[in-house]
Amino acid sequence: MLIKRAPMFKASEITDYRLYLNRREFMLGAAALALTPSVASAGAAPAAGQPLKAAKNEKFSLSEKATSFKEATTYNNFYEFGVDKEDPVKYAHMLKPRPWTVQVDGLVHKPKKYDIEEILRFPLEERVYSLRCVEAWSMVIPWIGFPLALLLKQVEPTGNAKFVEFTTLKDPEQFPGQKPNLFGGSAVEWPYVEGLRLDEAMHPLTLLTVGMYGQVLPNQNGAPLRIVVPWKYGFKSGKSLVHIRLTEEQPKTAWEKAAPQEYGFYSNVNPTVDHPRWSQATERRIGEFMRRKTLMFNGYADQVASLYAGMDLKKNY
Amino acid sequence: MPGAERQAPEREPEAGGRFRMSRRGRIALKAIAWVLCLLPLAVLIHLAVQGELGANPISFVTNWLGQWTFRLLLVSLAFTPLRILFGLAWPLQLRRLVGLFAFCYACLHLSVWVVLDHYFDWGEMWTDLLKRRYITAGMAALTLLVPLAATSTGGMVRRLGGAAWRRLHRLVYLVAVLAALHFLWLAKAVRSEQYVYAAIVALLLGIRLWDSVRRRLRRRRVPVTTRPSPA
Repeated sequence: MLIKRAPMFKASEITDYRLYLNRREFMLGAAALALTPSVASAGAAPAAGQPLKAAKNEKFSLSEKATSFKEATTYNNFYEFGVDKEDPVKYAHMLKPRPWTVQVDGLVHKPKKYDIEEILRFPLEERVYSLRCVEAWSMVIPWIGFPLALLLKQVEPTGNAKFVEFTTLKDPEQFPGQKPNLFGGSAVEWPYVEGLRLDEAMHPLTLLTVGMYGQVLPNQNGAPLRIVVPWKYGFKSGKSLVHIRLTEEQPKTAWEKAAPQEYGFYSNVNPTVDHPRWSQATERRIGEFMRRKTLMFNGYADQVASLYAGMDLKKNY
Repeated sequence: MPGAERQAPEREPEAGGRFRMSRRGRIALKAIAWVLCLLPLAVLIHLAVQGELGANPISFVTNWLGQWTFRLLLVSLAFTPLRILFGLAWPLQLRRLVGLFAFCYACLHLSVWVVLDHYFDWGEMWTDLLKRRYITAGMAALTLLVPLAATSTGGMVRRLGGAAWRRLHRLVYLVAVLAALHFLWLAKAVRSEQYVYAAIVALLLGIRLWDSVRRRLRRRRVPVTTRPSPA
């Protein structure tokens, strides 16, 4: 059925189209990089598609082969751009990730509005994580970012803070998927809101992410900054964040509001708790033919299972 | 299936009126329908050969075949409403052909699920069949199509008799409803598309219902002796 000719070039070798279009800026950026020791001191933050250097953190990296860059950037769930997997790459050019600020406030001692340039000055590292979508497919992606805990510590959460709420940009001009559909409705309520318990947010695996595959984060993958929580289903990792708020109450997330019986607040990857309408026991790794067994907490059980000690994960799905 | 075409009577039951069409015209019409019905499969094979099935090819192929099954099913259900609303009888001679193609696409859709998606993991498929209502609905729809496909030949129409054949083939209405549910229930979030398909099913069945109610009312008013013989 799948008759596939071997391509002349590997997809990873093909220059990204947008990078090709911006080749002059790219060369300028490269020249600037060559002349200065770090991206941050090069002045303006580099835009999507430009190289972003970060040392690989082996301790937090899988040894598995990464999904191809092409597949990771053309097969996306990012409903802000549209509900089809091809929509994000198709409409990605409409998002303007520079300039960008993210407000960090709520139950903190030092609320602060961060410019994307400041965010990029945090010590960046590369981490190869597995990404498991709630739709039972998965990828392996080399992300670039830093532990969210570093940022949260800067703003100093108060003693009352128990949850962290992440809000995605709401702007139908940049996110065409936020316009009402044919029937005046939408898949979820905008803006997209996600949330974590504070201890989950502070966990060293939780990555505030600004790049992938050695590049500045592409728009369709949540530019300019997103969360990556590898032991939870992909939709828990909010993209294109404009607001991070610490709260005492558990945030009401977009998918919980849309279908509470199907998408719980925790949404930990769990092969023994099925989605009401499909099984979560197996998954299809993009690029592989056979399904593979889904691992508890997406394979991160050793590191995160203790967060949920004593909790009934069937009830807290 | 296509071989049976030749021995088929010129008129299918419920067709209503004789088509005034030359033999050559009929052949040309059917040839066009064949090409159109095979086109989605040809495009799919072309995309596969080009390696253009995207990051999740199995999901792509499954969705493609499922969508075209549903579309052809809707087309096959649209011929009777065309006659009811516009008096167009000639498209009815394509109904069986399109219906059988819908069945073929449904079988391919199922095969992809069995072979490519689950690779003959019968245990898991059986669990899914019982537990997942969208799979239950889809499988029920395909199962109900089997007797319809099996009795699609002219010989079977004669053997069953027009009335019984017609009654049996009303199962296709149920198939359409099950297909709409299958599509609605499988999505992570319901999109416009699923509502559009469900609305088309409702429309196509609604026209039939309206027509049958209308005819029944008319029959009640007309004295028995002058009642027109059923077409």
